[in-house]
Amino acid sequence: MSDYNFAYLDEQTKRMIRRAILKALAIPGYQVPFASREMPMPYGWGTGGVQVSAACLTPNDTLKVIDQGADDTTNAVSIRKFFEKTAQVATTEETARASLIQTRHRIPEEPLTEDQILVYQVPIPEPLRFLEPSEVETRKMHALEEYGLMHVKLYEDISQHGAIATAYAYPVKVEGRYVMDPSPIPKFDNPKLSMAAIQLFGAGREQRIYALPPYTQVVSLDFEDHPFEASKADHDCDLCGAADSYLDEVITDDAGGRMFVCSDTDYCRARRAAGHIGAQGAPYEEATA
Amino acid sequence: MKGTQAMIEIENLSKSFTLHNQGGAVIPVMAGAHLHVGPGDCVALTGSSGAGKSTLMRMIYGNYRANTGRILVGETDVARAAPRDIIQLRRHTLGYVSQFLRVVPRVPTRDVVAEPLMILGTPREAALARAEALLARLNIPERLWSLSPTTFSGGEQQRVNIARGFAHDFPALLLDEPTASLDATNREVVLTLIEEAKARGAAIVGIFHDEAARARLCDREVDVTAFTPARAA
Amino acid sequence: MTPLLQVRDLAKFYGPRRGCEGVSFDLWPGEVMGIVGESGSGKSTLLSCLAGHLPPDRGEVIFDTHGHGPRDTLTMSEPERRMLMRTDWAFVHQHARDGLRMGVSAGGNVGERLMAVGARHYGHIREQAIDWLGRVEIAADRVDDKPQAFSGGMQQRLQIARNLVTGPRLVFMDEPTGGLDVSVQARLLDLLRGLVREMGLSAIIVTHDLAVVRLLADRLMVMKDGRVVEDGLTDQVLDDPQHGYTQLLVSSVLQV
Repeated sequence: MSDYNFAYLDEQTKRMIRRAILKALAIPGYQVPFASREMPMPYGWGTGGVQVSAACLTPNDTLKVIDQGADDTTNAVSIRKFFEKTAQVATTEETARASLIQTRHRIPEEPLTEDQILVYQVPIPEPLRFLEPSEVETRKMHALEEYGLMHVKLYEDISQHGAIATAYAYPVKVEGRYVMDPSPIPKFDNPKLSMAAIQLFGAGREQRIYALPPYTQVVSLDFEDHPFEASKADHDCDLCGAADSYLDEVITDDAGGRMFVCSDTDYCRARRAAGHIGAQGAPYEEATA
Repeated sequence: MKGTQAMIEIENLSKSFTLHNQGGAVIPVMAGAHLHVGPGDCVALTGSSGAGKSTLMRMIYGNYRANTGRILVGETDVARAAPRDIIQLRRHTLGYVSQFLRVVPRVPTRDVVAEPLMILGTPREAALARAEALLARLNIPERLWSLSPTTFSGGEQQRVNIARGFAHDFPALLLDEPTASLDATNREVVLTLIEEAKARGAAIVGIFHDEAARARLCDREVDVTAFTPARAA
Repeated sequence: MTPLLQVRDLAKFYGPRRGCEGVSFDLWPGEVMGIVGESGSGKSTLLSCLAGHLPPDRGEVIFDTHGHGPRDTLTMSEPERRMLMRTDWAFVHQHARDGLRMGVSAGGNVGERLMAVGARHYGHIREQAIDWLGRVEIAADRVDDKPQAFSGGMQQRLQIARNLVTGPRLVFMDEPTGGLDVSVQARLLDLLRGLVREMGLSAIIVTHDLAVVRLLADRLMVMKDGRVVEDGLTDQVLDDPQHGYTQLLVSSVLQV
């Protein structure tokens, strides 16, 4: 037994956050203010996501934490250890085995199920902030569905780059009502936002929670003559050969050597375990995984 | 064709200025003025300087307010009409060639002249064509058409002003010294323009110091001295 | 014919101090009305109340809406009023930076109102933006430049394009030529006159510059201490002023 209350936060705080989550689920895409707590980690390290996870975790949950798709980066490891210590929950790197997944910047490649919750870490929850600095004004714009400004941002993209250059945090419209920032996931992941699992978004510094209930309609904004495209690197994974996953480009030496690998490390591992091999891959060995 | 139906009809018009910042001094400038101008009529206002010729003309145009009386131009009583009715009257019915050209600086002469037509909805090309024809007729050199008239000589400005006043065929025209500062050639052009306006049935009220012009154009003279109020000594 | 705007007994107080009071007038389609007065006369307060930027304490501002005829804009719901502001109404600020998005390209600035009313075809939006830049004499190759790169006069013309692109019927202007060089002013005045004429716009222009209203406005309202002391045809008010204050105002203008 640790000296911490279960999942670090006190019960009243978790109750407050759960109320915000329920409200967010009831109004998909709407940003619900909540009394974000100081967490034992700096802003920008996922304090919003951690509070949402803490409010959702039960002792029987199995937790997975990913950062840019990977389970083994500092941020992911720290948060996983944080909950191992404060909540003693089981953890896993396998997407399918997790009941709650906290993520930064990615949606797992493997489709999620109705029994799972996906928690996003959100830096800036307001999609209109780029062009309208006033919170009073952006709230009014949401209330009155005045979303022309969002298209101004996309217009600027096309006029400067010839195409919609926004590659991540690509704005979406939820159930034909609220325009929402899906957090800085690559736009490749946008089509996955309509899914079976519950999706919760937590912004600690900005003190906002918003949510997508299962099977919510989520549409990426675009122009008739510049339709949305879920782009990725035009390549297969060099390790597992996957043609359908989002790739990271990895520089391997100082002579121009590079490789493209799945950003979802668990997906890549599972494929290699199943015998798939990419252009630069070696046969999978359990011991080296 | 000279009808008895008046185009411009003035009855019992009076006017005084009240100078609030000079002890509220009241200066009566006109009393009991009458005037009747039918279509195709040209009436000259006469009287010595300061007798009120320009004042009467400005009152007909709605530029000065009347204290009492009526100023009918067509169907509109300028003395009582709402601003929007006077604006409509000025756009469609009542033209005014003053002695001074007042325009937006830096606007080309041809646009200045075409503007009254464009206000009435004449397509830009047609309006400019009419403007250029008038400018040519009034001997404004073509190289000046694209320049603003604000830098022109007095005589040139006067001719631009006349061109602007004659761009649209107004049924009623007020002319304040239209031939002043013009040479013989241009004076002849302007007199012909006025004759043409008369011939098409325009009712004209003018101030002409040019006696020969007055004799040639005017059917009647009205001495405004008769409307000058007796001033308290 | 119905007046485009009917203002009835409008009043605004700042605590015990009067901003404006007892203002009533009708504005008809195609009319341009000037409001003059010195600083503190209440002309800007009045404009703010008319344009919905400031809630008046009393009165009615009735606009002849497209769909539903004359409606009091003060009792309208906020969404309706805001919709009006980006469709049938436009507001040209004295300082272009108050009316432009300085971080957005000229094309984006002009296109915003189109996108706000549902335009979703990039090519068409851009076409219209370039067309409007042309109408305010800004070269098409400046469409992707940000307003910071523009001169003061160009910024003001861009603001006008941004406002007029949705074909409003009523334009509010607050000192539209203030702060510009005299030669730039002249060009802007000519542009405004042309647009008013071609689009059949109605406009309410607040200024302290009598020369500007003489050239732009059909009608004039003179304000002093929050009240209208005189109104009428512009040239009538300026050439034959009836009220002592107007006489003082007119006689105080420096002759050039």
